[in-house]
This record gives sequence, C-alpha cells and structure tokens, in this order.
Amino acid sequence: MRARSLNIESRTDRLVDAREFVSAAAQELGFGDDDIGKIALAVDEACTNVIKHAYHFDGQQYLTITVEAGKNSIEIRITDSGERFDPRELPAPDMKEYLKKFRKGGLGVYLMKKLMDEVEYQLLPGKKNEVRLVKYLDTRHS
Amino acid sequence: MSEFNVQQREHGEISVLDLKGYLDAHTAPKLEDAFQDLLAAARFNIIVNCRDLSYISSAGLGVFMAFIEEVRKNEGDIKLTNMTPKVFNVFDLLGFPLLYDITNEEAEAIRKFTEKRK
Repeated sequence: MRARSLNIESRTDRLVDAREFVSAAAQELGFGDDDIGKIALAVDEACTNVIKHAYHFDGQQYLTITVEAGKNSIEIRITDSGERFDPRELPAPDMKEYLKKFRKGGLGVYLMKKLMDEVEYQLLPGKKNEVRLVKYLDTRHS
Repeated sequence: MSEFNVQQREHGEISVLDLKGYLDAHTAPKLEDAFQDLLAAARFNIIVNCRDLSYISSAGLGVFMAFIEEVRKNEGDIKLTNMTPKVFNVFDLLGFPLLYDITNEEAEAIRKFTEKRK
C-alpha cells in the first residue's frame, strides 16, 4: 500500500471521514475487525484533540491524516498547524482516582495509548504538530 | 455524517434512553441534551440501552461522567445495558465498570431500580 493522505476541515462532523479513511487502509493491510476498530477510535481521539485543543473548534482550519504501511504495521500521522498541544505535559491519570472525581474530558490521550502500540508527539518545522500512531499486525507487540 | 439517535421511553419512574449509531465528539451534544432534559424533569432513574450503539469515543464516555454525580446526588443512577462487546471494551479500557452499573439486559437494570425502592 502506498502512503495516502486525507485533508479534513477542523470540524467534528468530519471525524466519521477520518475513521472511514483509516479503517479502509487498515483493512487493506490485513488487520482484523477488532484492531480496525481500535485504530479508528485512536485516530478519532487524536483528531478530536486537534479540533478542540489545537484549533479551538475553528472550522476554517485543516488537519492532515497520512497513512502508510510500516514493516508489519500501520503508521498514521496526524498533523495540524494549530496551537501547540503536547499531552506529554499532562500527568498520566490514575484512572481510579480520575473516575472517582467524575472528571469530564481528557480521556482521549489515555485511550490512544491503550489502543495503539506507539503514540508519539512532535513539533515539526513550520510550527506544525504531529501525532504518530503505530499498530503492529503481529500480536506479540500488542 | 455520523448518524446518532437518542430515543426516550418511560417505564414507571425509570426513564430509558435508547442509543443508536455512532457516538463521537460530533454527536455527543445530542446525548447531553437528552440527559439535561431528564434532569430538568427530575427523572433520576436512568437506563441507557446500548443495544444499537455501534461506536463510542471518549467524547461519548465524557457525557456519562458529566451527569453521574448529579444523578446520584438525587438518589438516582445511570445504569448501562445491552452493550455490544466492541462498545463494552472501550468502557472497560477506561475502567468504567468500577464506577457504573453495567448489565447485560435491560430487565436486570429495571429490577435493580425496583428493588431499591422497596
């Protein structure tokens, strides 16, 4: 599979397109239904974070989702030109405490890490943010 | 467009919300509105039937977290039923079964509410 990209407006009604785009690619690469569901959810969470935290729901902005085949894996990169958002600066939540306090939101990053094998954030030249998500086909890695 | 619908049924003092379709950051406000209407009407015994819920993201889970406290303060509860394994898995990854009453069947949730009243 050759690398392919989807540009979407920073709007929540485009999340469905993001999910369908990566699901089709994951299926092509031989992932099963369970993993396809996890990949689509992780990408939804990453895009939702960009829409909310990088662009503050400004629907005039764009984000790009690029999918490519890695070595026995799918690699997805989500880039935006919005405000810098680095979830590494957030403390990892203790889920039991978190739930006890009934906090709303902020679950997306935690979920992405549970769903994918690798989650990385970096700042690219030109003030772009990038989230890189990787999932391996081989179950030994999951 | 992701499709999502909430239908409300009444079962005596219990209100049942039937969720259908895809619950994400785009559609979560629909569910928020449904909960707000229930709370405004002082309906605190709430069952959320997830039989036809195909998908949930953390934005959807956040809605349950936003309302559970107020519902329980009013001696009610939000009980979740009939989840598909795929949807349950998302709740499970975030540890929700520790905090929410999740049952396989709606009848079981109804029974729990009814027994509580006796």
